Amino acid sequence: MTLDGKVPSGPLEKKWDEHKGHLKLVNPNNKRKFTILVVGSGLAGASAAASFAELGYNVKCFCFQDSPRRAHSIAAQGGINAAKNYHNDGDSVFRLFYDTIKGGDFRSREANVYRLAQVSVNIIDQCVAQGVPFAREYGGLLDNRSFGGAQVSRTFYARGQTGQQLLLGAYQALEKEVATGKVKMFPRTEMLDLVVDNGVAVGIITRDLVTGKIDRHAGHAVVLTTGGYSNVYYLSTNAKGSNVTAAWRAHRRGALFSNPCFTQIHPTCIPASGDYQSKLTLMSESLRNDGRIWVPKNPNDQRSPDQIPESERDYFLEVKYPSFGNLVPRDVAARNAKAVVDAGRGMGPQKNGVYLDFKDAIQRLGKKTIEERYGNLFEMYEKITGEDPYTVPMRIYPAPHYTMGGLWVDYDLMTNVTGLYALGEANFSDHGANRLGASALMQGLADGYFVIPYTIGNYLSGHLGQALTTETDAFRATEADVQERIQRLLSVNGKRTADSFHRELGRIVWDYCGITRNAGGLKKALELIPALREEFWSNLRLPGGADQLNQELEKANRVGDYFELAELMCLDALERDESCGSHLREEHQDEFGEALRDDAHYSYVASWQWNGVGKAPTLNREPLEFEFVKPTQRSYK
Amino acid sequence: MNLTLHVWRQKSPADEGRMVRYEVTGVTEHASFLEMLDILNEQLIQKGEEPVAFEHDCREGICGSCGFMINGEAHGPLPHTTVCQLHMRHFKDGDVLHLEPWRSKAFPVVKDLVVDRGAFDRIIQSGGFVSVATGSAPEANLIPVPKALSDRAFDAAACIACGACVAQCPNSAAQLFTSAKVSHLNLLPQGQPERYDRALSMVEAMEKEGFGACSNYAECEAVCPKGISIDFIAKMNRDYLKAKSTAVPKPPLEA
Repeated sequence: MTLDGKVPSGPLEKKWDEHKGHLKLVNPNNKRKFTILVVGSGLAGASAAASFAELGYNVKCFCFQDSPRRAHSIAAQGGINAAKNYHNDGDSVFRLFYDTIKGGDFRSREANVYRLAQVSVNIIDQCVAQGVPFAREYGGLLDNRSFGGAQVSRTFYARGQTGQQLLLGAYQALEKEVATGKVKMFPRTEMLDLVVDNGVAVGIITRDLVTGKIDRHAGHAVVLTTGGYSNVYYLSTNAKGSNVTAAWRAHRRGALFSNPCFTQIHPTCIPASGDYQSKLTLMSESLRNDGRIWVPKNPNDQRSPDQIPESERDYFLEVKYPSFGNLVPRDVAARNAKAVVDAGRGMGPQKNGVYLDFKDAIQRLGKKTIEERYGNLFEMYEKITGEDPYTVPMRIYPAPHYTMGGLWVDYDLMTNVTGLYALGEANFSDHGANRLGASALMQGLADGYFVIPYTIGNYLSGHLGQALTTETDAFRATEADVQERIQRLLSVNGKRTADSFHRELGRIVWDYCGITRNAGGLKKALELIPALREEFWSNLRLPGGADQLNQELEKANRVGDYFELAELMCLDALERDESCGSHLREEHQDEFGEALRDDAHYSYVASWQWNGVGKAPTLNREPLEFEFVKPTQRSYK
Repeated sequence: MNLTLHVWRQKSPADEGRMVRYEVTGVTEHASFLEMLDILNEQLIQKGEEPVAFEHDCREGICGSCGFMINGEAHGPLPHTTVCQLHMRHFKDGDVLHLEPWRSKAFPVVKDLVVDRGAFDRIIQSGGFVSVATGSAPEANLIPVPKALSDRAFDAAACIACGACVAQCPNSAAQLFTSAKVSHLNLLPQGQPERYDRALSMVEAMEKEGFGACSNYAECEAVCPKGISIDFIAKMNRDYLKAKSTAVPKPPLEA
């Protein structure tokens, strides 16, 4: 298959405007003749659904939560980037573009990333008009901070709850359209399959999570905004319900899955405290601005941290990276923390954390300043661990947080399946091999508010007058597949719960396709995962029936998909015989442990085509061409 | 630690429901309350029984999915904390805990500890937004907003719509939830054009859903995991009364 990203020609800064100027339009009176299915209600989904409805399209929006306001975007803490240059510190669209593409280690498309930087400024305008209470300065204007090691202040924030406030803005816009009747909302409804007819996405099959009823929905276009797949690791910072099922079902129906091995492990999370641990909690990256990371030089040091003198502490990031110190990028910080813990030098009862110490910052700035900056985070930490970070150093450890990989899309955000779109974290397009802080919120809202409302019209305009029906062979066959799979899950009658399989799978993926990878480990994982998958389908214990609220059935159905995804992640990681961004192959690093890219052989998007369970998928390569920037080797020395 | 739980079990909205006693053993103090329920459920599944259904998602106190009564207190004994953030170190060995779903006619039980909070979404639909279509916004810094005002609006906007306020209120009133959204938007310059319509229609929508009236018990504020102040109820009432009493006649649609 030849992959055409359909990137418009012309100068970088003109591409989007030129493209917009030539996209086909749907007449305002004809928009009401179209129905768009939006799956997911996070930043990308809610913003897209609301914007479609405002334009006059009919929208059906689906979410598995009891309300669209609970989508996992709500948990984002840090902020959202925009090239407003309010601080007069030299920021620009080009600089935001360049930082994002470099941060992604030159594994994303130039044109998509440039457009993201361009529309970033409109996002802030839109959100402020909706009443999003961003942080402000005393003069009443918007405040910014520097985030994640950026050299300019371009991050807009709302205390430590930026994701919550942005999502509520989009959710309120969505509910406004529910009230007008343009959006019909389906909460507690999960998409279980995509209906493809003659290569065109024509609808979806859903399950009502309360009654268990399986339904068919037809649409002129299907938009997936279903987030990422960090929960493949079982323990991650994602919400428990976040899952890959919608995207994976689309993949099984023909949509290509790109760069699945690009997964971001966030360095600052609270370490697991025991086997019962159900998820991990992120502590905002901003803490590294003032906290110092260390472990005792003597791994067997039993003293409490405040009794350990300076001379016996190893500030390993400051020593190894004197210019960036504790502010090295996420992947570098995560890797170094793992190395320390793997060497048996971890702290805490499980020996699985490193200290993040605020003692110096409190001495320098006073407790009050630290409280203003991080009060809510310190409080959250104390709730979870029972320790007071004002007096005892925090313990942190990396955790899976975001997945850059996802469904392949072209410049218009359409997958290779005609009529099927993927937005936000669900697609692969903007973050390459590593995402910068405060850019996930930016991408979700850019796609939903300012890209898809334009590009979808170009496709729909050719389908005017096309009647919608669910009485087709394609719908019947897909629904039968969904029913069959549910019955299969319910009829195993084995001994192990879905959670116990998920934990074991997560451990394998974490060990062999986590912070660092190597060929031997990945090959081993590729033997372990199919074996565990077989056991899952022959030894699953699933109580209850299909016609009721059955949370165990929901879990089992999702875990079933994670097995197949995990295999593809490991295969992709094995195939990519280079290090780049978050993907560190131990075979490819320099003497300082820095990632060594191989642009000559791997400057492409790896896009995988499904061939069946246990069958080798087909790899399609979309070459990445750098016309406007020159790929360089990252250095944080 | 070992605990005795009495949990509300109800198969479906039509089912009558009853308290069922369970013993949970070997819980460590570092587990969260929901992880303790995970342990119980794992044990129930192994015994061939149906696990207890409870709502949860982010498990870090921000999505607002979780919540139930623990010994009569919404979200349990720790102030400013959702049940997902409540850890077992706040309980002791041998404790007897009664777990019930949110109590309110406007929140019908779906199953066990899961309730239907759709009424909250419908209240938002009635006016909990600023009518600004995508693309029509002016430059963000065009309208300065005093920091204190913005911070105050944020205090209200921090609501997670968990429903604890309703569940704890003897009248099952939704004033704290509704006033948090009314105040968030009515405090900001962006919310002014629709200020009084918003107060009117949101209060009316709230009453239509079958929530009770507010008689200033302030139980809602005491259990709110986000510490939202009942001052916002006063703010909402003020806007509502002004809208009702001064009822500025609308300009005619056509000259």
